[in-house]
Amino acid sequence: MIASGPAKRNFHLRVWRQKNAQTPGSYVQYQARDIPADCSFLEMLDIVNDALVSQNVEPIAFDHDCREGICGMCSLVINGTPHGPNRATTTCQLYMRHFADGETIVIEPFRANAFPVLKDLIVNRSALDRIQQAGGFISVRTGAPKDANAILIPKPAADKAMDAAACIQCGACVAACPNASAMLFLAARVSHFALLPQGQPERTQRVLRMLEKHDEEGFGNCRNHYECEAVCPAEISALFITKLNREYAMAEVKTVVE
Amino acid sequence: MSTVLDAHIPAGGIEKKWDSHIFESKLINPANKRKFDIIIVGSGLAGASAAATLGELGYKVKCFCYQDSPRRAHSIAAQGGINAAKNYQNDGDSIQRLFYDTVKGGDFRSREANVYRLAQVSNAIIDQCVAAGVPFAREYGGLLANRSFGGAQVSRTFYARGQTGQQLLLGTYGALCKQIAEGNVQMYPRTEMLDVVIVEGHAKGIVVRDMITGAISSHAADTVVLATGGYGNVFYLSTNAKGCNVTATYRAHKKGAFFANPCYTQIHPTCIPVAGDYQSKLTLMSESLRNDGRVWAPKKSGDKRPPGQIPEDERDYYLERKYPSYGNLAPRDISSRAAKQVCDEGRGVGDTGLGVYLDFADAISRLGEKTIRERYGNLFDMYHKITNEDAYKQPMRIFPAVHYTMGGLWVDYNLMSNLPGLHVLGEANFSDHGANRLGASALMQGLADGYFVLPNTIGVYLATQTGKKVKADRPEFKKAEEDVQNRTRRLLGIRGKKTVDHFHRELGLLMWDKCGMARNDAGLREALKRIPVLREEFWENVNVLGENEELNQSLEKAGRVADFLEFGELMCYDALNRRESCGGHFREEFQTPDGEAKRNDEEYAYVAAWEHVGEGSPPQLHKEPLEFEAVHLATRSYK
Repeated sequence: MIASGPAKRNFHLRVWRQKNAQTPGSYVQYQARDIPADCSFLEMLDIVNDALVSQNVEPIAFDHDCREGICGMCSLVINGTPHGPNRATTTCQLYMRHFADGETIVIEPFRANAFPVLKDLIVNRSALDRIQQAGGFISVRTGAPKDANAILIPKPAADKAMDAAACIQCGACVAACPNASAMLFLAARVSHFALLPQGQPERTQRVLRMLEKHDEEGFGNCRNHYECEAVCPAEISALFITKLNREYAMAEVKTVVE
Repeated sequence: MSTVLDAHIPAGGIEKKWDSHIFESKLINPANKRKFDIIIVGSGLAGASAAATLGELGYKVKCFCYQDSPRRAHSIAAQGGINAAKNYQNDGDSIQRLFYDTVKGGDFRSREANVYRLAQVSNAIIDQCVAAGVPFAREYGGLLANRSFGGAQVSRTFYARGQTGQQLLLGTYGALCKQIAEGNVQMYPRTEMLDVVIVEGHAKGIVVRDMITGAISSHAADTVVLATGGYGNVFYLSTNAKGCNVTATYRAHKKGAFFANPCYTQIHPTCIPVAGDYQSKLTLMSESLRNDGRVWAPKKSGDKRPPGQIPEDERDYYLERKYPSYGNLAPRDISSRAAKQVCDEGRGVGDTGLGVYLDFADAISRLGEKTIRERYGNLFDMYHKITNEDAYKQPMRIFPAVHYTMGGLWVDYNLMSNLPGLHVLGEANFSDHGANRLGASALMQGLADGYFVLPNTIGVYLATQTGKKVKADRPEFKKAEEDVQNRTRRLLGIRGKKTVDHFHRELGLLMWDKCGMARNDAGLREALKRIPVLREEFWENVNVLGENEELNQSLEKAGRVADFLEFGELMCYDALNRRESCGGHFREEFQTPDGEAKRNDEEYAYVAAWEHVGEGSPPQLHKEPLEFEAVHLATRSYK
């Protein structure tokens, strides 16, 4: 949705500032002036930061890197929604034309117990890496594989696996979930491998280990709120959580019976 | 004194070199591998695949990256695909053809033996990635699908929607995760390398800054591997991630590693044009779009009509006109230059006049919107998000932008720098792409270096290092740490009037203007005068707030920009020295009557490897002559 208005706009910002993990944070108000409607949300913050530095105020710290929606580094909860108001859009791909002149914009970090704030809007998401390390891979020795076309994969299965693999590990699903669950992320990783023939040998162990790690890291359980799906910039379907549940149930049965 | 560099290329016919080199190289036995520590800086395709493979082999590996997770390295942003000589399409591809296309694409300025090896291992990369679960695009029968990329007349590019880079990186990241879990690799995210440590002439460690606490610390190892990417952000605006920087390679350069061909930069023809001076980065629209999109500009200069109102006979499909056999799939350097010429003639489109059209109307009427959406939907969506324009209804506006850097630290056939013990992989080295890289070859090179080349060549060096282990308590480490701390203190103590970004933008504009798509003698000399002035002003007037002992993004940026402010000068020296046009290096004085690059093989068929000889002194040139045995030097033509 485009908010019509002038080519240059002013915004009132309420930004979460926090010196470090040990110090409590609070909201601080800033004015963003003469912001071109065609500039991105992060470029708006760049402009605000430039002005702050000129006044010898420390700039607002926020994570970002590729600024083209794929690296998963940018975060931010904007007006209560992780990655802001646009569907299927990371914060770095959000443009100021979507905000009305004079609007108040509240900017917070992704909040979850498993994502401690490091500074201002930057959180530590390494818990997601540790879940990956618990089993988010296919064990394959470098140089050993057979010819790639020896493994036939029907296009629908390959496409479905790709749908799951599109997850950019940004953690918006966690920030949006009332239980701070990382199930959408986990479901995407587990489904990607479970849908492919190469993923079969480790299928049972993978889901059990990753899920165990997920819980251990302090993420909550899925209660079917679907907030995760609504904010996911990579459009990962919550149906993958259904698949995760099936994978988990099958794995439990297998470990008991086999 | 200028020397002639020896690349240690194995003897024998080009097809035999790699296999015989592997056989003749010393092996490290499994028990001894555990005794060797390896530092890898960077966790993109090259760094992650090297870390995972070396960890799997039994070496003790430490891997460092500045991002919060290794899976965010900028390899992730590659859209279009990865090349391999599989010939799955039965269209006449072969290792020989991939090799030849790559050497020709690089305008005969790459090292033949390295490129042949790259083509040889390309097929194993695809096998490896598929086995690791990379969901490449498939045909209905279950076989892998391919598409075409610029500079090739065969379909050899494997892809995963518009996010091949992310999917390949997830594959290597998975392998890395496994090694981390098994304790073979120790991972250090949010950790930035700020110096390399030299002990008795060998690279034996690094100094890093913990980007959360600011703690400066040293790590010692038997060898250091840099896989830290390219230096495109010297231009400020580029398609690189904001964090991409030259610091690791430039610090190594200052410690003795030669920097090769820094003037070879790739300007990608299909990026979204610059919209305003607030712009922080440029976004690429994948080259794969040129499979179906047609590039054009109005024939008349100053034609401001909307594209839909410009009739067919008043449009100039200039790539199809100038390069009929490759058409819209002409290589990147050539397509970019053609776009620049059109805009220089006043025929550019959009508000700024710096743009041309990439038009899908023909493809949509031929194949239907659904097919186009399937192929490129995510790119069209991204274009819409950024420009608010619908490319299904009107042509995209595109313009060239800095994308990749072919230059990098000089390495020999073993991927080791002239500085013993320092290995360099991926975009950070110089060897495979010559003066211009073909599309879908960066991912191939990163994975070739990390999965297959380095694991076979690292032993050549390590076999000489038994019993020579150094520890981080040596004075060389302490000195390097002090240097880093002093520099940090200096940056934080200036408290001037201008932001770090201000200086970065200024440098970028200057580099783009004088050392960008076209260069000339006078412009380069002017840049060499102006860069030191800008650098001086930076060190007097930059404002870096906060402290070292905290997460401080201004400080991180300041250190990187300080290095770019020195590195830019090196690029200009190289561009000035190379009095010829080749690939991405276009010297206006050296062109054919129809505006094509004019090489000078008599005088410049060499790699220019620069040695740092001290602050304020021009760098010292060393040469590696390029000898072509398997291919004949030819004028590159895509007509």
